[in-house]
Amino acid sequence: MPYLFDIILNINVFCGFGGMVMALTIKEVEDIALMARLNLKEEEKEDFAQQLNLILDYSNLLHKLNTDNVEPLTYVLPVYNVFRDDVVSPGSPREEILSNGPLLEDGQYKVPKIM
Amino acid sequence: MELYELGLRDLQDKLNGDEVSVKEIIESIFKRIHAVDDKVKSFITLDEENALKKAAGLSSKENRKGKIAGLPFALKDVFCTRGLRTTCASRMLENFVPIYDATAVSRLNTEQGILIGKLNMDEFAMGSSTELSAFFPTRNPWDLERVPGGSSGGCAAAVAAGEVPVALGSDTGGSIRQPASFCGVVGFKPSYGRVSRWGVVAYTSSMDQAGVIARKVEDCALIMDIIAGHDPLDATSANVEVPDFRAFLNPDIRGMKIAYPTECFQQGVDEEVKNLILAALKKYEELGAVIEEVSLPHSEYALPAYYIIGPAEASTNLACYDGVRFGLRVEADNILDMYCNSRTAGFGDEVKRRIMLGTRVLSSGYYENYYLKAMKVRRLIKNDFDQVFKSFDLVITPTTPTAAFKLGAEIGDPLTLYGNDIFTVPVNMAGLPAISIPCGFSDGLPVGMQIIGRAFDEGKVLKAAYAFEQNTSYHKTKPFLGGEQR
Repeated sequence: MPYLFDIILNINVFCGFGGMVMALTIKEVEDIALMARLNLKEEEKEDFAQQLNLILDYSNLLHKLNTDNVEPLTYVLPVYNVFRDDVVSPGSPREEILSNGPLLEDGQYKVPKIM
Repeated sequence: MELYELGLRDLQDKLNGDEVSVKEIIESIFKRIHAVDDKVKSFITLDEENALKKAAGLSSKENRKGKIAGLPFALKDVFCTRGLRTTCASRMLENFVPIYDATAVSRLNTEQGILIGKLNMDEFAMGSSTELSAFFPTRNPWDLERVPGGSSGGCAAAVAAGEVPVALGSDTGGSIRQPASFCGVVGFKPSYGRVSRWGVVAYTSSMDQAGVIARKVEDCALIMDIIAGHDPLDATSANVEVPDFRAFLNPDIRGMKIAYPTECFQQGVDEEVKNLILAALKKYEELGAVIEEVSLPHSEYALPAYYIIGPAEASTNLACYDGVRFGLRVEADNILDMYCNSRTAGFGDEVKRRIMLGTRVLSSGYYENYYLKAMKVRRLIKNDFDQVFKSFDLVITPTTPTAAFKLGAEIGDPLTLYGNDIFTVPVNMAGLPAISIPCGFSDGLPVGMQIIGRAFDEGKVLKAAYAFEQNTSYHKTKPFLGGEQR
């Protein structure tokens, strides 16, 4: 059953205040999965498209609110740059840090060929 | 009463009076765990051998100098524990053994508390039922067919079942208060920044906060006296004065001004829950508080905003699980496939869903429409509270719209599941302290009342909670799991 989400796309999602927010296509779900470094099976793509659309749809409620003159609130605390004195303190021993590494060689993390 | 049924303060009195030994306390706890945990399934990892060793080291009074010397505690498996597996209930971290303790944990250790074990949760703290643990679901001690709530479901279930008197949990959108409500125990989420997040595996950094689940308000205050305070290792921990929280445990609340928001008594809230909260407000009035109805007009926008901000931050926080430095790794012959294979095998569906959602709302072209919009709405939600707190000391709401639901009932329907957090999420968005305490029963299931305070005014929240507890007996009713004396 290809493109179940087309139905959702048709029902929705025009929001008067916030502009057009389109439902996700399978292609977009594939792109997102790649950006998020996840593999999806074919059937998962449809499931995720549907679920993500549900949530994104729900969040379109936010566009009912006019927020033109509202400052975004990132953190509730008035904390911006937090500096400390540049004092050397002992860190964790290298062997301990490496102890959780899934694959090591000569005291270094080993990864597949990159280039 | 058996030792495992007592709170920290009561155990302390018994220790001080030489009525019991630390060994007897710890043995009673493990005996209880071995008797009921097959049913409740609260614990992922037990640390029995070490706990008994520590108990032996604290056998003489001279060695017990700490504030909770010889007393048992447990941790949601989101807190890093040096040398003890910390899984976050995820396949990704199934074999992860931290090389340091979370700051909150090392503070409890310094005060000579005895760690019993690590508790189950929804994977990476994403969920409201503890069914999303990658290992097994935890069950509600009041009805084993129901969920304990989540994400700190293991904490609440263990405390309710008498497996441990207190546990540390974490709360991003209600993850301490909602399970406390479902399991009939006390769940306290301090102000954002009050307790260090160092060593607490991150989900939504701007809202995550560590806190306490206990059977008594006084035990919450005792633990808060230990874990609260600035930590140079957490740049967002607040550098503000920490009061003596236990000094607020005085039930005289005459003249206190308490508001209840109209929005929390509208449709979708169980009739029984509504009545219990209204009865509780009446109780406060009898105790001398002034009660008034107010409006938090933007509260309906808290959930949709949370389901943008939460996943957005989660998608960046969880980018560190790449199979290189720690966690699960699934090999491939190129790096991209190795990343993808590892993350695909390591994360459960809900975690993937939130990572993908977060990736989407942060991506170019969508950032303004979703993420930025949600942060603006967050400002409006905080403004609502600021307005109310100009003339009131506290705000009271139900903790959740209903009592605990059945296992499997809401799985697979993200929006229904998210609806549980409707009264708790706004509090995290505004960074406020809040507690859930038992305020009655609906069909034999516990119902919780949420008390919200001004930022860094935890004292008043604890005071009001204590006053209610001292004047009611809901917290004395315990679930029956077999073997208890009645």
